[in-house]
Amino acid sequence: MTVTEDRAKQRAVALRERAAKAAVERRNRWGRRSLILPAMLYTIVVTQIPFVITIWYSLQSWNLLRPGTRHFVGLDNYGKVFTDAGFRTAVVNTVFFTASAVLFSLVIGLVLAILLDQRFRGRAVVRTLLISPFLIMPTAGALLWKTTMFNPVFGIVNFVLKPFGVGTLDWASRFPMPTIITVAVWQWTPFMMIILLSGLQSQSTDILEAARVDGAGGWQIFRRLTLPHLRTYLELCVLLGSIFIVQTFDSIFIITQGGPGQATTNLPYFLYLQAFRRFEIGQAAALAIVTTIGTIVIATIALRVLSNLFKGEELAPR
Amino acid sequence: MSTVAERAPGRVQETTPSPGRFRAGRLLVPTLAWVAAIGFFFPVFWMFITGFKHEADAFTSPPKLVFSPTLDQYRAIFDRDFAPFLINSATATVLSTLLVLALAIPCAYGLAVKPVQKWRDVLFFFISTRFLPIVGAIVPIYVIARDAQLLDTVTALIILYTAMNMPIAVWMLRSFFLEVPTAIMEAARIDGATLRQELVRIVLPLVAPGIAATALICVIFAWNEFFFAVNLTASQAATVPVFLVGFITSEGLFWARLSAAATMACLPVLLAGWIAQKQLVRGLTMGAVK
Repeated sequence: MTVTEDRAKQRAVALRERAAKAAVERRNRWGRRSLILPAMLYTIVVTQIPFVITIWYSLQSWNLLRPGTRHFVGLDNYGKVFTDAGFRTAVVNTVFFTASAVLFSLVIGLVLAILLDQRFRGRAVVRTLLISPFLIMPTAGALLWKTTMFNPVFGIVNFVLKPFGVGTLDWASRFPMPTIITVAVWQWTPFMMIILLSGLQSQSTDILEAARVDGAGGWQIFRRLTLPHLRTYLELCVLLGSIFIVQTFDSIFIITQGGPGQATTNLPYFLYLQAFRRFEIGQAAALAIVTTIGTIVIATIALRVLSNLFKGEELAPR
Repeated sequence: MSTVAERAPGRVQETTPSPGRFRAGRLLVPTLAWVAAIGFFFPVFWMFITGFKHEADAFTSPPKLVFSPTLDQYRAIFDRDFAPFLINSATATVLSTLLVLALAIPCAYGLAVKPVQKWRDVLFFFISTRFLPIVGAIVPIYVIARDAQLLDTVTALIILYTAMNMPIAVWMLRSFFLEVPTAIMEAARIDGATLRQELVRIVLPLVAPGIAATALICVIFAWNEFFFAVNLTASQAATVPVFLVGFITSEGLFWARLSAAATMACLPVLLAGWIAQKQLVRGLTMGAVK
């Protein structure tokens, strides 16, 4: 009798302990959730809900300048988007602009990173000067390039190129795309450079030294050791760079206004024209959805790369 | 290209006694680096000095490097009511950064200290919001802001800049929290501290430099933001970038004055970025690269 009573008591105690432990654990879990939730809810409300509404708007014919004519049209807006020659031009421009700007800034950024990886007098100053274009307000940068740099008569660019036989060339209208690519490369090269510089500096000097002792030449070391080591960093540069550069708006708005004609109209600028010059809310929304889906494809790849970068991270509970 | 690449393992050169062929390289690297630095920095330098020119000195061919400096342009800008734009920008930047930190610090800590189930999904949710193009949501944001009487208010900008910077802040802060030694937190927990006490009393002081760096990154992005500002504000809440653009269209091309205004617009972020340059790479890669 007493034995079974004891056992029952023991079991009860054990159960109570387990329940208490579970309660603590639950409270902790809720504690952690309550830490995370506010930021998440805020982000969902401000960024995701507008996106869902965009889908709803994209199914309507709606012009803000003609109140009262709003009605449901199904997928008509998408049909208009895909048959619009302006849209196709904007897609081509966006791809060309983004790819060129990323490629040039990556290559120049790599060269600069390699230079900055050496020891020389004034290295800190050089690095400080080199990151500056990235910190300049893009609006200010675009205005300065448009005026003091690219002006046909008084601009610095033509002044510097004068010995090479360049006269009063109007860069923004004769070569609109190279002009905005130049500004983007100027702005984004520092971004690539500092990421790649971190990559170079995280390389183990022991391995490099061992290779040197084994008689490997500089170029061999670069090809066989440095480049493979930099691979993740290069990927990160390309993906983050593409995501930011594809959204370029300031310099196009300021320097070329998307022109001449449609020569430099990229998707963000095209959408801006639809929404805020023509006030075609329905069509702009459809355009936004198409642009977003395109970006999601790139972003998914980007996330996978980022995710790989974090794979090595310790996941054990702390 | 190959000559540059040849110098790649620079630290190795330091340790091996260099044969004669490296001597040319010793000069080549600094020369190339300085030329590049001067080239990239030149537009910034030119902006700075043009702001101190008389308008007549700004429009010359060939461009003038030597001139008699003046503060007239700075005076003229403040006469044209630059101050309200500066105040709008500062308000939007500071308040959005504080709001970001208030929300992101607990969140990043919750994600770093002991991963909740699906912590990875939460992190990637945040980052995915940053990867979506802003233009994808601008249309309803405009309509909602209009209906909520938030068009042309700094409040609208604060709300949007907070959301814009949230993912970067969460990721970056988390990478700093992960560096706090586990033993310190365990000791606090054994002493019976709750999660919140642990965060406020023990962890926050340790990651203060990380929080400062995160705040700087948020400040940079908010201060420089143009797309929302130009589309959602008009006369009341317009920020510095909008001022710069309005300046050039309404007054024609006053280069010296424009340069003075641009200098003032760029200076805060330029200084902040220079000071925080070691942390910059971490912020720009969401904490992936240290």
